[in-house]
Amino acid sequence: MKAIVTVVGMDRVGIIGEICTTLAALQINIVDISQTVMRDFFTMIMLVDTGYANKTLDEIAEALHQKELEMGLSIRIQREDIFQAMHRI
Amino acid sequence: MLLSHSDIMQTIDMIAQQHLDIRTITMGITLLDCADPNPRDCANKIYDKICRCAQNLVPTGRRIEKELGIPIVNKRISVTPMALVAGACQTEDFAPFAVAMDRAGKECGVDFIGGFSALVQKGMTSGDRRLIASIPEALATTDIVCSSVNVGSTKAGINMDAVKRMGEVIKQTAALTADRGGMGCAKLVVFCNAVEDNPFMAGAFHGVGEPETVINVGVSGPGVVYHALQACKGQPLDVVAETIKKTAFHITRMGQLVAQEASKRLNVPFGVVDLSLAPTPAVGDSVARILEAMGLETCGGHGTTAALALLNDAVKKGGVMASSSVGGLSGAFIPVSEDEGMIAAASSGVLTLDKLEAMTCVCSVGLDMIAVPGDTPAATLSAIIADEAAIGMVNSKTTAVRLIPAVGKQVGDMVEFGGLLGEAPVMPVHPQSAEAFVARGGRIPAPMQSLKN
Repeated sequence: MKAIVTVVGMDRVGIIGEICTTLAALQINIVDISQTVMRDFFTMIMLVDTGYANKTLDEIAEALHQKELEMGLSIRIQREDIFQAMHRI
Repeated sequence: MLLSHSDIMQTIDMIAQQHLDIRTITMGITLLDCADPNPRDCANKIYDKICRCAQNLVPTGRRIEKELGIPIVNKRISVTPMALVAGACQTEDFAPFAVAMDRAGKECGVDFIGGFSALVQKGMTSGDRRLIASIPEALATTDIVCSSVNVGSTKAGINMDAVKRMGEVIKQTAALTADRGGMGCAKLVVFCNAVEDNPFMAGAFHGVGEPETVINVGVSGPGVVYHALQACKGQPLDVVAETIKKTAFHITRMGQLVAQEASKRLNVPFGVVDLSLAPTPAVGDSVARILEAMGLETCGGHGTTAALALLNDAVKKGGVMASSSVGGLSGAFIPVSEDEGMIAAASSGVLTLDKLEAMTCVCSVGLDMIAVPGDTPAATLSAIIADEAAIGMVNSKTTAVRLIPAVGKQVGDMVEFGGLLGEAPVMPVHPQSAEAFVARGGRIPAPMQSLKN
């Protein structure tokens, strides 16, 4: 399943590294990354493939939620379809 | 990445900041095959069939919610109008069927179950009469059952005997649920031109022209429209209409996606997406505030009807292209207690019952979730229903009345319902009597459909 991971929060050292490590541990492959920092605000969007993940989507969401609390950022994982449906005809 | 950074962040903002959600996935279930002369057998069949058909509805809804990352606020069930299902039963008391619906709904974990209903626009059958007589007790003894009665239509006219009866039923329901702020009345709606595929409560029922089971979805999103309008301050109204249209398109695409997913996973045909813009009592999720964003000082002042007409039409135009099948009520809702801006406007005295009535001429659905003084006579309630039904009948649109006589309360007091139902200020009604008019009964004939003026 293709999913979009979005990470939003105050910029600091090591955000990308930590997120990527978390995803790697879950066997989630990162297909594409886009990232910007606007006025100290970090925004990262990742297109990922959960096809080989070693956990269910519920467990993945839970693991990312833990990370979210730990890092003080907002982290979401959503199926790519929702964005396609809204922005592509 | 095929999607742009800004598209993705726009979606995230809509969900996280602007209250975008799917208001409801509603599963329609026919209960026509549950008819049985023995009331106990009939109630058992109703319970069994609802549980069998809807057992996976809530878990499936939750899964979709999680995967797509969009809240699905309610999961609901609508069933065949109970007057048709239980008409064959040899009993005067239909309340046990509402109890069966309540138990089944709770077993399935849904938020509401609608269809304790009767369609009496032209006249009442024995089943209709017994169902209507059972409404107060049914709503007082259940928690999640919703009831509706259709008293008029453009083709049949208005059944004034039923209108008179419903004024009394609303009073009785309020009295029986007085300890809960008249909560029973929040689950009872009186329609003209009721639709068969409405996913919204309290008026949802599964019409006889519908399939065995069906999935209908209702979207929400006043907060998203409000936010979009902040970007076109001072611009001409055609720019406003275009902005709303585009926003409605985005919102409805969500509904379509969720409806298709639910339909596929539950193996139940997809019915319609209802385009209604449904508010919540949360700050930032109000239809009234959209009207004010167009330039009105307070919702309910002059200009409100025109602003609402624009909003309602633009929502439909944007939504229609976004979904393969649109139906239900499809328009902007203006429930007073469920909309933070409406509550404020009504509390300040600017928004009156008369203005709300005018507003219902151009939008969906009607006089909705309005608290009136507890000592309002039944005939006055009936007259309000008749006025609203006349608007629906003449304009070939659905109109509805959901009034809550607040027992022991006077104008200006607040009535709290909690959750999505919110809180309502008690609004004044005209003290002049309509007793003699309502007491006449009979029928208001169906109107001309030509020579429109």
